[in-house]
Amino acid sequence: MKKFLSGNEAFAEGIRLARPQVISAYPITPQTIVVERLSEMVEDGSLTAEYVHVESEHSALSCAIGASAAGARAFTATSSQGLLYMAECLYYAAGGRFPIVMMNADRSTALPWNIYGDQRDSLSQLDSGWIQAYAENAQEALDLALMSYRIAEDKRVSTPYMANLDGFVLTHTYETVDIPTREQADSFLQPYETDNRIDFDNPRNMAFSAGPDTNYIFKYKEHEGVLAAREVISETEAAFTEIFGRQYTGLTENYLTEDADYIIVTLGSIAGLCRETADKLRGQGIKAGVVRIRYMRPFPNVEIADVLRNVKAYAVLEKDVSFGNEGTVFTNVNSALKKAGIDVRGYNFIGGLGGRNISAADIENIYTSITDGTDAVNFIGIGGEDNGK
Amino acid sequence: MANKVADSISREEFFYGHKACAGCGGSLAVRAALKVLGQNAVSVLPAGCMSEVGFNFPQLCFSNNSIISTFAGTASMLTGVEAGLRARGYKDFTAVGFAGDGGTADIGIQALSGAIDRNDNIIYICYDNEAYMNTGIQKSGLTPFGAKTTTTPAGSNIHGNIRPKKNMFEIVAAHDIPYAATASVGYIADFIAKVQKASQIQGTKYIHVIAPCPTGWGVVPDETVDIAREVVDCGLWYLAEYENGEFTLNHKPKEFTDVAAYLKKQGRFKHLSDEDIRIITESRDKKWDYINKNFGI
Repeated sequence: MKKFLSGNEAFAEGIRLARPQVISAYPITPQTIVVERLSEMVEDGSLTAEYVHVESEHSALSCAIGASAAGARAFTATSSQGLLYMAECLYYAAGGRFPIVMMNADRSTALPWNIYGDQRDSLSQLDSGWIQAYAENAQEALDLALMSYRIAEDKRVSTPYMANLDGFVLTHTYETVDIPTREQADSFLQPYETDNRIDFDNPRNMAFSAGPDTNYIFKYKEHEGVLAAREVISETEAAFTEIFGRQYTGLTENYLTEDADYIIVTLGSIAGLCRETADKLRGQGIKAGVVRIRYMRPFPNVEIADVLRNVKAYAVLEKDVSFGNEGTVFTNVNSALKKAGIDVRGYNFIGGLGGRNISAADIENIYTSITDGTDAVNFIGIGGEDNGK
Repeated sequence: MANKVADSISREEFFYGHKACAGCGGSLAVRAALKVLGQNAVSVLPAGCMSEVGFNFPQLCFSNNSIISTFAGTASMLTGVEAGLRARGYKDFTAVGFAGDGGTADIGIQALSGAIDRNDNIIYICYDNEAYMNTGIQKSGLTPFGAKTTTTPAGSNIHGNIRPKKNMFEIVAAHDIPYAATASVGYIADFIAKVQKASQIQGTKYIHVIAPCPTGWGVVPDETVDIAREVVDCGLWYLAEYENGEFTLNHKPKEFTDVAAYLKKQGRFKHLSDEDIRIITESRDKKWDYINKNFGI
């Protein structure tokens, strides 16, 4: 069934179809619509779940961890300050191998206060042990919601999953979305089964301490779990295509990259404008391409190396900066190339912080700048170590 | 009486082989409560003494389902466990939290307030040893006036902690909780009866049990129970319940024992001046005026 939905609403529809058993909800702009819609679904009976009105984001995730430890499928959603407030619980959920799914509406972090979209909130939590996906549009948001549990709950993975939607640009923008049927969804996603739970026949001591001898073995296994998601994502997307028809391309999505000389690597909703710009430049004879990173964790090391191997230069465009260094996505991309022994000119373009618009002209300018060569780290439209000259 | 109480609880041990200090009042409270609640209790314990001494992989000391929560997250994890088990169709279980004074009155008070507000079907037991004992005896919101801790040193300028204990029992009652009670491991039959009563009530239950820490209080380990009785007998603690909107006093000492004697046998109070003891005694009397006026018997 096709409906006109915002990103938040589409994600809520995906979660409804995924049948979470416990939803812990605390409102924060621009995530609120998700928890509002889910409360309506519980009210009207289209979703059977325990809906818990927690008093903070810390409790939202702590509650979800408790529910997951009870063997229930758990969902929560947050954004920005809320994500940072629950940060302790992010590491806790990952270390406990609880496959909770959380939607994060990517939003700027204070100070200064700002409710608009950038990706500094979620990217600051890359090390928390969660799978991190970044949606581009409302349909992908719904589809990620449905795929997320199948990936997170796979026994090889057993890792929580964070689906990121750009604040406002994606969470509040309406698009036509195809909503699968209940029957389709149920055939795709089975109920959650796990041994990592409270068991009255065989009582468990969970979330324990582990000293220096064993602690790092648990951490190593946690690392393996996130890495295993790579294969499971690919299998899950293949199964998804079989039932729903739509195709996804794993950790990255490439556009006109086959013969590209100049590639922009980016993530989230800005990718569409990058593709349009690449089309325009192709018309002028410039071999432009786009790589959209769909998953920051596990990181697409192989995909990035393969696609950038033969370019003349690449740019990483991101709504993020690690102050005193560069954008974190740039750091990750460069590491992938270094590990693969690839030496290509690369540039970082930081923009969109606090929701500032990135225009088609800005993107065209990125392609031009990397053709000519520019500073390593550039703040779009500002100057300094940037391309604003 | 004692035999009747002993017969009313399980002979099985659910918290056994842990590394708690000799004479630990907190472990006594956990042990007794689990004997009441039995095999189908699911315990949630935050980072703190009881999780520290009981959950060291591979030495795991709970024979019922148990899980450590984040320090601030005892109540919120209890909520999740209860909701998750209920969502999976379980009915015959008790979600019970055991958190210390810091985990309850300081860092965990927000989550606790949220759980009571939702009236989640959980029992929350605060074992109050009156300081952050696990980290080495630092002041908490439930450290009493005058107590020396490692962050409230007693010197000539400041005589230990300058503030009285937060009144968690009445803070919790102010949420109009279905059931709240105070207790002491020195009156273990009373504590056990309150856990039994709590297990029969629907909604959120809160029990605040005084659980001396010989290490932090500066008493010998075999005096835990005696000192936990004496704090009640001298009137600095009281045994009460809150139910159906009413406060009830369960135990009224005919005559208070000497406050100074209670204080002076503990290392943490050794430094107190006569003036300090006068302040403590006055505040006790003021509290009892309030209790006598507002609590039923």
